[in-house]
Amino acid sequence: MSSSTTGITKQRGSTSFDGRSQNRVGWAMLTPAVLLLLVFIVIPVVLAFGLAFTDAQLISTKAMSFTGLSNFQRLFSDPTFWRALLNVIVFSLVVVPLQAGLGLFLAILINKKVRSSVFFRTVYFLPVVTSMVVVSLLWMFIYQNNGMLNVLLEKVTFGHWTPVDWLNDSRVALAAIIVMSIWQAVGQHMLIWLSGLQTIPGELYEAAALDGATGWKSFAHVTWPCLRSTRNMILITITIAAMGLFTQISVMTQGGPRDSTTTVVFEAVRSGFQQQEMGYASAITLVFFILILVITGIQRYLTREK
Amino acid sequence: MNIRHSRSARRIKNNGDHVTIAGWIIRLAFAVLFAFPLIFMVVSSFKSDGAIMNDLGSLKSFLPIGDLSLENYQQVFSRVPVMTFLMNSVVITLITVVLGIVVNSMAAFGLSRLRVKGRAVIFTFILATLMVPFETYAIPLLWWVNQLPGIAIDQFGPYFTQGWIDTIYVQIIPFIANAFSIYLYMQYFDSIPKELDEAARVDGAGWFKIYSRIVMPLSGPATATVVILSFLPMWNQYVWPLMVVQSESHRPVMIGIQYFQQMTTSWGQIMAYSSLITVPIIIVFVLFQKQFVNSIASSGVKG
Repeated sequence: MSSSTTGITKQRGSTSFDGRSQNRVGWAMLTPAVLLLLVFIVIPVVLAFGLAFTDAQLISTKAMSFTGLSNFQRLFSDPTFWRALLNVIVFSLVVVPLQAGLGLFLAILINKKVRSSVFFRTVYFLPVVTSMVVVSLLWMFIYQNNGMLNVLLEKVTFGHWTPVDWLNDSRVALAAIIVMSIWQAVGQHMLIWLSGLQTIPGELYEAAALDGATGWKSFAHVTWPCLRSTRNMILITITIAAMGLFTQISVMTQGGPRDSTTTVVFEAVRSGFQQQEMGYASAITLVFFILILVITGIQRYLTREK
Repeated sequence: MNIRHSRSARRIKNNGDHVTIAGWIIRLAFAVLFAFPLIFMVVSSFKSDGAIMNDLGSLKSFLPIGDLSLENYQQVFSRVPVMTFLMNSVVITLITVVLGIVVNSMAAFGLSRLRVKGRAVIFTFILATLMVPFETYAIPLLWWVNQLPGIAIDQFGPYFTQGWIDTIYVQIIPFIANAFSIYLYMQYFDSIPKELDEAARVDGAGWFKIYSRIVMPLSGPATATVVILSFLPMWNQYVWPLMVVQSESHRPVMIGIQYFQQMTTSWGQIMAYSSLITVPIIIVFVLFQKQFVNSIASSGVKG
């Protein structure tokens, strides 16, 4: 039918002609996006592989040369890199379950059809709207020696609290950043959990209630199994975001004190941008890239459909 | 309406939509936890540094009482070119969002409505770019844009330069194409009946006309989602401008505040700058919170 109608408007109209014109127009429409994705994502990813084996500088007068594995040798013998890796792993191991768990708790808390739920949902989401740079500055004030947290703890303990310089104490600096990071992003994951919760049909809860399952039991037997795909997605998005930890570090601690808060991305930006060593930074990037691939691969394997 | 629904539902369902007293206390406690640092930020921006420290540890920290003034804001404006930073951020965000709508919706139209040879390959390619977090290629991207020929303009007109570093466009162009926006548009376009295209073809309309006059005007909700999901990350961007911007005239607000924080020890002024770049976004969010929540919830992707 469609070929006969196009035949009226176009003299030479036929399915094959229309197909060819669709192909041409389609490509014309696809080209800008495909070109931009190629130039600004695919080429840089490929470049990471190439540059990692050179001594490329950001701004350089001499031509770069192939240096084999020397960037990786230097990287793997650098204690700062290992510390950065350890910090990122610790950060992720703590943030992923806590943020996901708290997000789910908040989602269940406000998954009620009462008017106030919209208000609470909005309030819990406010930190997500706020830029991480602003959040970091705000929490620098909260965490400083005579800042809000120490003053509050002094009041609560009636003066028995000795102030802690949270961000300048290598024992607690990473923990301080973890708490702030969870505070900032938990609202995001609350929303995703919430959309998952709302896809669970009410009849399932009614059936469970008839079998005597309420409260914790209905959560364990209805809610949790039904959230499988939401759970997998949240797991992967939080892990990737946690591994990429950078802004908080850049604004609040610059990796210190004594490398206790440095991260892989922070080290990459420091060597690539501040010290202009693109080859070395690309080696860090490449290791990071492979790490992300391996971790998301493992997560996908563990959460696959059985 | 919701309340009436919940009342009738409560009798049937065991997990009724009522909130217990303990539930109320927990909900309020979290509201305090999430809102009060931000309230503190805005309130402190009107106080002197001395007053901020004096009020600490009491409820006064969160209440606009005492000597309030716009002194901090005046100081911020006199010390750094905030208007330039704001303009830069507005221009960068607006252009990226608008060009993103055009480029990504066109690509989605090509994939969703037209018989393109190699469609499956292109679609897989686009989705694959979604899997790569920006942090993993930011550094090689920095090297790469520094190799590209750039354009600068002086009083004699435009001329070629080496590298895109320290320009406005290097903050825009890499972020226009977005696999997720393409995907969202595709899903929406698929729900619009193809009979509309055929009818328009009969009337002699070309594909570009069908795209711009029929499909796009019907895709308001998809566009709203794309705007929301691309607006926030662009406004809040930090890593990339930190690396590519050197001069004050190209600085966006997030980089501006970091420089500002390094030159002052006044918390009142830092809070004033923070409020200046946060409160407008929060107001927009509260006004459009329903659309915000729907887009982010349906996408499940970082905003």
